[in-house]
Amino acid sequence: MAETQALTRKDFKSDQEVRWCPGCGDYAILNCVQGIMATLGVPRHQICFVSGIGCSSRFPYYMNTYGFHSIHGRAPAIATGIKTANPELSVWLVTGDGDGLSIGGNHMAHILRRNLDIKILLFNNEIYGLTKGQYSPTSPVGLKTKSTPMGSVDRPMDPVSFALGCGATFVGRTIDTHVKHMEQVLLAAAHHKGTAFVEIYQNCVIFNDACFDGFADKSVRDDKTIDLRPGQPLLFGKALDKGLKIEGWEPKIVPAAEAAVWKSDGKSAGPAFVMSQLDQDPTMPRPLGIFRDVQAPIFEDGVHAQIRGAIQKRGEGTLQQLIYSGETWTV
Amino acid sequence: MTQAKNPGSELPLQHQEEVVIRFAGDSGDGMQITGNQFTHTSALVGNDLATFPDYPAEIRAPAGTRPGVSGFQVRFGSADVHTPGDQPDVLVAMNPAALIVNIKDLRPGGTVIVNTGQFAENDLKKAQLAKSPLTDGTLSAYRVIEIDINKRVTDALKGTPLSSKEVQRCKNFYTLGLMYWLYSRPLENTLKWLDEKFAKRPELAEANKLAMQAGFNAGDIHELFQGRFEVAPCDVLPKGTYRNIMGNDALAMGLVTGAKLADLTLFLGSYPITPASGILESLASYKNYGVITFQAEDEIAAICAALGSAYAGCLGVTSTSGPGMALKGEGMGLAVSIELPLIICDIQRGGPSTGLPTKTEQADLLQAIFGRNSEAPIPVIAASAPSDAFETAIEAVRIAVQFMTPVIVLSDGYIANGAEPWRLPKIEDLKPFPVKFLKEAPADGFLPYARDAHLARPWVKPGTPGLEHRVGGLEKAHETGHISYDPENHEFMVRMRQNKVMAVRETIPTPNVFGDSTGDILILGWGSTRGAITSAVEKLRSKGRKVSSLHLRHVWPLPHGLDKIFSCFRSVLVPEMNMGQMARVLRSEYQEHNIISYPKVQGLPFRTSELVTKVESLLER
Repeated sequence: MAETQALTRKDFKSDQEVRWCPGCGDYAILNCVQGIMATLGVPRHQICFVSGIGCSSRFPYYMNTYGFHSIHGRAPAIATGIKTANPELSVWLVTGDGDGLSIGGNHMAHILRRNLDIKILLFNNEIYGLTKGQYSPTSPVGLKTKSTPMGSVDRPMDPVSFALGCGATFVGRTIDTHVKHMEQVLLAAAHHKGTAFVEIYQNCVIFNDACFDGFADKSVRDDKTIDLRPGQPLLFGKALDKGLKIEGWEPKIVPAAEAAVWKSDGKSAGPAFVMSQLDQDPTMPRPLGIFRDVQAPIFEDGVHAQIRGAIQKRGEGTLQQLIYSGETWTV
Repeated sequence: MTQAKNPGSELPLQHQEEVVIRFAGDSGDGMQITGNQFTHTSALVGNDLATFPDYPAEIRAPAGTRPGVSGFQVRFGSADVHTPGDQPDVLVAMNPAALIVNIKDLRPGGTVIVNTGQFAENDLKKAQLAKSPLTDGTLSAYRVIEIDINKRVTDALKGTPLSSKEVQRCKNFYTLGLMYWLYSRPLENTLKWLDEKFAKRPELAEANKLAMQAGFNAGDIHELFQGRFEVAPCDVLPKGTYRNIMGNDALAMGLVTGAKLADLTLFLGSYPITPASGILESLASYKNYGVITFQAEDEIAAICAALGSAYAGCLGVTSTSGPGMALKGEGMGLAVSIELPLIICDIQRGGPSTGLPTKTEQADLLQAIFGRNSEAPIPVIAASAPSDAFETAIEAVRIAVQFMTPVIVLSDGYIANGAEPWRLPKIEDLKPFPVKFLKEAPADGFLPYARDAHLARPWVKPGTPGLEHRVGGLEKAHETGHISYDPENHEFMVRMRQNKVMAVRETIPTPNVFGDSTGDILILGWGSTRGAITSAVEKLRSKGRKVSSLHLRHVWPLPHGLDKIFSCFRSVLVPEMNMGQMARVLRSEYQEHNIISYPKVQGLPFRTSELVTKVESLLER
């Protein structure tokens, strides 16, 4: 029963009861992703959601597609096996700051550098939610949690900087409370050919509530965030009256007329990296949007091209050829 | 220099039934290549044989030192050969360290061929020798042939464009040529191999050929031996077509064959580790068989990618050794929980921790059977010899797809790098067992965790319309596969997974007893001890001892019928290269039998003589 009719958001809701805490940012993301899936023209049976462990990783159970809820940190490796085995599938990976950057940091680095055609959504709530409130690798220094009663002394990592450093071909950032923006970034990621990495700031109402309010609250958002839109000037502020440009190696706030045009597909990831470090200066806005979007060879295409090439060159191997190869003798 | 047609033909030719030679030198001396070439040529002339490469973990330990010694033992004969032999008849020692490390193993009265060109004071110092073993009486029990191979090869390669360093690197082929002469072997196979190996450096091919021919033709040395030997082709081998095979290669070929028989694409996820890397390398060369190989970032990613591929409908395989097995534990548990086929190959080595990477051991048995969190049963099967790894791999695939379960294949360093003649199966004897994926929902609805007669759940490829479903490591409700924390359901599912794995025993044969079905002692083995046990039983029986043996391929679950077999012997002796792990399993399964453990943990296989002595001591009690 192949699907021929246009799909709607509802078609992607599974029959499972969603079990996140009331008010959790995950609901908004789930809703947004279900909406986007309906627009992609990919039938449900060709879609596979893969996750690790954590609150975010319950995601596949709620998608009426194929899904694989795996083990902590290993979703990139599982997804690599799935996508390499069947490149026809649309593979989406859902992870969190602990799953994707702490226990699974190694796998995350390697999936990004290999550039499989997989979409990665990293829900960053700067806390461990499912284990009930310990600090994560993205928690700020000084954060008091159950495992850091005197405040964390760990310096946090920045997911976007990390992804850029791994050579990711698409890197974006969005926020659960800004649905329109989230849709734009996720759509761009969906249409990218290659590994797309999207960090989604996601509020944990229970253990780290309001941690993004400093720049994400509607009252300050326009002044405290800047949307990186490829080909568009770097503008922010309610009236879009402020701009950004990079002078030398340093970002600088300038009048709107002097703002630089954002380029996400340059040879160097340098400007994107400068943007990803903007939060080091509290006077600067927090960048959201599309940091990087470039093309590179796709891992699974290379794997299958080699197999086709070998078959073309040597013919498809038979059991007779396999076993009776090399020097043989008869008794 | 031209090759004399039959150098030394005036010397007497003696026939020998079998010979054990050990080549020993520095790890940079090319002893593994020398041994492999000698082996391959001996296989082609029709000898039965077994090999035992023994080399250090360091790629190049300091030259000339004892830790840097690399050895290769080959036993070849005209009768049935089960093991590489307890004691070499001939030791070839390329330097003082190689001599002193290996001489204790040489059979008394055996021959030692020494390269005296490497016995200067400095060479002795590197080997921590105050006096030369050539003159201090160390070698008095042996026949010593002294040859300055360094000088010989220099003389032979005069006029070639090679540097003196490159010339010295041809020493091993000089030695090989000499041994080919001594045991009347043809040079052609190695000449051809050299041309292929050095296709891009023809001057090196020529130099090594010259060196080998010089060794073959060295008439004055030949006189030192006062004759040469011949080992006739083995006439007890069953009729058929043979090739020489190493364990890792046989395992790789078995996996490719198993995948073809199951009508699946083979996907290997692996991370390099000694002594398992050969499987990854071997499978990477089978791309025209449609094989996908993925060198993962670590052991965990390797098994997870393989499991991901299994979810997508491939035959997922991962290969590793003990430390990697430890890392794969959680991945195996996930495979148990989501009930997908997966093959995990553990090529065991000495442990714990990094242990003895290049030495053999069987100490991962309990880890394989029980080494995962919670109740996570997995069938475990073990290869018993290099060629047996082929069939073992196919059997693993059969169990995995029939029962929708991960399967662990145990091999070890001794099998992985050892070689023997392999009687090739007839293609028509390899019976296909094609997997049937579920392609549409049954009339009464699709249940991802419904069960067939083997208690296996359906295998659905993502991409199949209408069968979208979710799997994961959380406990699943019976049949629907939905997340379930229900206490009764959990116990039901734990028992279901256990029963499924135990049901594998309904599809495996009771192994045959080698020797009489009743007697005093039954030697029970599993894995690579088979050769030594078979030889020991033959020896003991020829002395009239009432001893038989039984070898297990299926080590978990154990086959039916063991209880009855054990009842026909006074005791069951279990030799293992571990502290008695199988004995422990057998004692818990069969409490009424006298099960005696015989452990050996030296990183070395059992010698036949050790087993014979052990059995005789037990019989005397």
